[in-house]
Amino acid sequence: MANNNTVKWSRKHLLGLEDLSAQEITTILDTADGFKEVSTRTVKKVPALQGKVVVNMFIEPSTRTKTSFSLAAKRLSADIVDFSASTSALTKGESLKDTARNIEAMGVDIVVIRHTTPGAPHLLSRTINASIINAGDGAHEHPTQGLLDIFTIREMKGRIKGLKVALLGDITHSRVARSNIWGLTNLGAEVYVVGPSTLIPTQLKQLGVKISYNLDEIIPQMDVINILRIQMERQKAGLFPSIREYARLFGINAERLKKAKKDILIMHPGPVNRGIEITPEVADGARSVILKQVTNGLAVRMAVLYLVAGVSADK
Amino acid sequence: MSSILIKGGRVIDPANKIDKTANVFTLNGKIKSVGAQSPKADKVIDAKGLIVAPGLIDMHVHLREPGKEEEETIASGSAAAVNGGFTSVACMPNTEPAVDSEASAEFVYLQAKRTGKANIYPIGAITKGRKGVELSEMGQLVRGGAVTIISHCEDKDLVPDGVMNDGFISAVLGLRGMPNVAEEVMVYRDIALCELTGGKLHIAHITTRGAVELVRQAKKKGINVTAEVTPHHLLLTDESVKTSSFDPNYKMNPPLRTKQDIEALAKGLKDGTIDAIASDHAPHSPEEKDVEFNIAPFGIIGMETLLPLVLTELVNKKVITLAQAIAKLTVNPARILGLDKGTLTVGADADITLIDLSKEWVINPDEFKSKSRNCPFRDWKVKGKAVKVIVGGQVVN
Repeated sequence: MANNNTVKWSRKHLLGLEDLSAQEITTILDTADGFKEVSTRTVKKVPALQGKVVVNMFIEPSTRTKTSFSLAAKRLSADIVDFSASTSALTKGESLKDTARNIEAMGVDIVVIRHTTPGAPHLLSRTINASIINAGDGAHEHPTQGLLDIFTIREMKGRIKGLKVALLGDITHSRVARSNIWGLTNLGAEVYVVGPSTLIPTQLKQLGVKISYNLDEIIPQMDVINILRIQMERQKAGLFPSIREYARLFGINAERLKKAKKDILIMHPGPVNRGIEITPEVADGARSVILKQVTNGLAVRMAVLYLVAGVSADK
Repeated sequence: MSSILIKGGRVIDPANKIDKTANVFTLNGKIKSVGAQSPKADKVIDAKGLIVAPGLIDMHVHLREPGKEEEETIASGSAAAVNGGFTSVACMPNTEPAVDSEASAEFVYLQAKRTGKANIYPIGAITKGRKGVELSEMGQLVRGGAVTIISHCEDKDLVPDGVMNDGFISAVLGLRGMPNVAEEVMVYRDIALCELTGGKLHIAHITTRGAVELVRQAKKKGINVTAEVTPHHLLLTDESVKTSSFDPNYKMNPPLRTKQDIEALAKGLKDGTIDAIASDHAPHSPEEKDVEFNIAPFGIIGMETLLPLVLTELVNKKVITLAQAIAKLTVNPARILGLDKGTLTVGADADITLIDLSKEWVINPDEFKSKSRNCPFRDWKVKGKAVKVIVGGQVVN
């Protein structure tokens, strides 16, 4: 699926999909296409980043993203070090900037950071010389998740332009939603955000996104539904009445799926709350590409590491 | 004792409706004459080409002493004040411990005296330790030097964990918002209480178009309410948080609002709904401020940028006249605070600020007298500066 729009990569950091042009996104996706094949080999390794050091700086817990970045770095033959700390430990003692400076002093080329505060990766990019990859900053962006979602859609549908993609659930608190919105709208998809009115910031309309509070009304037109995880504490905070009601109004089940196009894609960035936002039969069913997303995540993260490493090596 | 003759400047004294070239003569710390006469003086200042204004008053600053002397002290704050053209400042009581007693107000007063630069007026906390439980001994506080009580309008329930204005930008950045209504419901509540009790209300740092309209209507009804605005709320919008990539120097409370709010604030300033311009000078150390956006404290410094920003962005761009700007920095805040200051009336304290309207310079916080550097106006090109400051008949800057 190589695309003629591929351009020479020139960004040292990947802070968000908002900053990227359609050509840059396509460049990452095409590069990921190439790396996908590596995972099918018996020796799942290329020497592209030999001698490079990548640090996983996860200030907020994560299993899937951290593992995915670790494996991606290893397949590129980079050295990868995990650094985990709770935000509270940092605020009590050493600052994020000092921690990063210390890590950098050990000779690090790329820092992958996950943090609870929007803009923490941007702060690091101003502080240290290493390349910064945003692995999720609060409710702001999660660019590699957005990219792997888009990669999976492109792989399955052969295009992005003109597709109707629904992001379903808690949009307000979702960095995955924001990265998807930037990337998908940029590539010409029609993006819908669907969920309880208390969990959708209406200002997102200004980004050309369509807002719906009624899943059943829009589901027949959708080509893709990307289901966001619903966090139980939102119910306790009074943002929706009950888990049961949420599941009834916004949960994806086999019954509801009957109204959808036959070739609809069901996606979920995980971790999945089975029985709440999605029933097990759908999660494991024929339309689900949830595990494909995870596999593709590896290729996309290899592509991102490879591209930013190339730029920092030039400089 | 001593005398000063300030010769040939353009004297602007809004309280006395004066705007003319004249000589100002001070004797023994008081204004002795304003006019054509040219008495013999110990010191003569040539003010040709300069504005001679009553000493400027910043009615809303935080000086951090006692408690956070690494960020500002009364001495450094006082030096910053006169460097910015201010002869008097009113400092807020949120220190550690709070200014909530005669003794603590007396402490601020004495520290200011020792410094011998600007006049410093401590604002008293309404309740002991700012806990909202027991009233401070206000009668005693006033005797110790504290002068008035002022309202920061914010409904805390409507801004849980908010760090910036609630709107399109906060939605895009995934940051918690503080909606306009959180300010407006409290402005409305306080105006209603003010009407009920017949008291005197001053709204600190007003920022929303709705709040401006509430104050305008209250004034029409004859309710005794006044309001102040800061330069940053007049000049910056919440978009700065995005364009600066989450620079905490754009994090303040109340937050930077939108273009529509700025337009309403400018209109309110012009038609007199907003009485005063104040800095809300809020020093923070770099280790505290230059961190992740969510955990950075609110506020920026402002005493050394207020006047040039007002002159460059409001007066030169014809939002308000020079006389209006000076009134909002002199006699109006003096009246709100109940101070016998802010004029060049014969017999008044000889607090005078000389301003060069033509001086062009670039803001560089590294050159400030303040101990802190949290300023979003770095590298702004401005025109106009206080070039001489006289407090009580003494040249202090």
